[in-house]
Amino acid sequence: MLKRVHFPPSVLPYLLVAPQIIITLVFFIWPASQALWQSMLVEDAFGLSTEFVWFENFQALFRDDQYIGAFKRTAFFSLAVAFVSMSFSLVLAGFADRVVRGAIVYRTLLIWPYAIAPVLAGALWVFMFNPTLGILAYGLEMLGYEWNHQLRGGQAMALVIMAASWKQVAYNFLFYLAAMQAIPRSVIEAAAIDGAGPIRRFWTIIFPLISPTTFFLLVINAVYAFFDTFGIIHAVTQGGPANATTILVYKVYNDGFVGLDLGGSAAQSVILMILVIAMTVLQFRYIERKVEY
Amino acid sequence: MAKIRLDNLRKSYGGTEVLHGVSGEIEDGELVVIVGPSGCGKSTLLRMIAGLETVTAGEIHIGERMVNGLEPARRDIAMVFQNYALYPHMTVRQNMAYGLKIRGLPKEEINRRVEEAADILELREYLERKPRQLSGGQRQRVAMGRAIVRDPQVFLFDEPLSNLDAKLRVQMRLEIRKLQKRLGVTSIYVTHDQVEAMTLGDRLMVLNGGYVEQFGTPIEVYERPQTVFVAGFIGSPAMNFLPAELSDGHVVLGNGARVPGGAGEGEVTLGLRPEHLVADEDGPVRVRVALMEQLGANTLIHGVLEGTDQEMVVSLHGIRDIAEGEVMGFSAPQDALHLFDRRSGRRIN
Repeated sequence: MLKRVHFPPSVLPYLLVAPQIIITLVFFIWPASQALWQSMLVEDAFGLSTEFVWFENFQALFRDDQYIGAFKRTAFFSLAVAFVSMSFSLVLAGFADRVVRGAIVYRTLLIWPYAIAPVLAGALWVFMFNPTLGILAYGLEMLGYEWNHQLRGGQAMALVIMAASWKQVAYNFLFYLAAMQAIPRSVIEAAAIDGAGPIRRFWTIIFPLISPTTFFLLVINAVYAFFDTFGIIHAVTQGGPANATTILVYKVYNDGFVGLDLGGSAAQSVILMILVIAMTVLQFRYIERKVEY
Repeated sequence: MAKIRLDNLRKSYGGTEVLHGVSGEIEDGELVVIVGPSGCGKSTLLRMIAGLETVTAGEIHIGERMVNGLEPARRDIAMVFQNYALYPHMTVRQNMAYGLKIRGLPKEEINRRVEEAADILELREYLERKPRQLSGGQRQRVAMGRAIVRDPQVFLFDEPLSNLDAKLRVQMRLEIRKLQKRLGVTSIYVTHDQVEAMTLGDRLMVLNGGYVEQFGTPIEVYERPQTVFVAGFIGSPAMNFLPAELSDGHVVLGNGARVPGGAGEGEVTLGLRPEHLVADEDGPVRVRVALMEQLGANTLIHGVLEGTDQEMVVSLHGIRDIAEGEVMGFSAPQDALHLFDRRSGRRIN
């Protein structure tokens, strides 16, 4: 161990870490503590008085069927987004890994959706599926399927899942492709000589070998679906119809800025904060250890 | 078991041809070593036989079948890779059983074969371990085991020992030799190491720049190298090459010295193996000693042919004590002279 004597006291190290610490304090710790404080307050409808109520906001939340519903919906939504976007990008990466000609073109094009702002991504999907003028809604109608996500909750959910997954495919694709290309070619060749066809090679060799990436992406995608899909939902459904697409993060906004229940909204965001901390811990603790071969 | 026949094999990448028509027959049960410097196309050739590279032109026959268009899996071959290419997420047992499982053999049969191979390779106690828990030599053996259990017609080895340390390499070399003799499976072994090539091969195929320079037994290749390249590549320390001229039954060296031997006239390159020169005070080959290397069993003398700046190495038995700057005489027996055409580099005696 190095002894302290080797480093004469100096302000330089503190100066060097100061920017990061200031940013963390101002943009993370301060707002988080404000949310924590606010979650224990109740305000009257006109914002004239506030009362400190300890955990009443939280108690109210867990008695509220709508909140429990949003919780379940979010779990479904994030699992669905993770599953759809990961399986889609897995297939794409599997093919891109085999492509020889034009590989760079495919790769570049596949990365583009990631650069699109969530609201724009949502807007694109809204246009395509707009019940009256959307090209895909029109196509579905020709096939005899009536599409109207403005009226039907299931369709609305499907639409936001599609939009949210589509945007995340690029990110997952990159990680999957990198993981696949890190597998030594000779291992795949050995499997080919052992008699395994492409599909079998994929499931028995490639898929197990990229399982650490799968676990990593699962956490990343769940976090993404939990927190970064606000823009998409706001642009596509505004949480409707009848709250069918109101996930937790959208409810935070809706209750706080539309419903003006600041205390309840803050309590919800504290719960979300705890969730994201839990997921991050999970990821750091297990990603290197649990999924290994 | 099967014969392998290569018929004028060519390989091009884009417009560049890297193999310029390789032909040769490998007998049933024979171990042929393909040897050459890096970039000579030896691995490409092996991978073409395995079916991992496409064939640009020519034919590969394994047994009675032309296998050009067959998938690697259909060629009935097994390959041992340089980096072993074990499946890292499977145990040793699963690694060896993988190919058998795909073929749909019954479970008892798979277990029997795996355990038999494990006994041969002394891997029994490691069957339930993962590859990363094994040493380099053990991994190498697992890779061999994976090849053995499949009971293929042909073994292909792609520099399998180059990741091992020197001592283990010698040991594994012997094991591979014994195993191959015991199983009698036709094998092709690629290496850049000429000692490995000499000790392992029933025959050597010396490859250089995509051409077969010579295809023969190790002794043939050592005693009668057909080209300057083969002469310089096989043997250690490497053969001495001296520009010389043929003149009425003698080889005339650069300094005018006349070594008896040779026939005809013309400019040649004289090849002399360091270990074939005999110390002889009156010998015609006179070397000014620049440096000595004592290896115990023999002594390497580095110097130049007197009166020229042509460098030479001589290897003498035992421990010698020779002063630097001294001029030593050597004679060269007639059958130790290798004469090559100066232009084409081909053997002429």
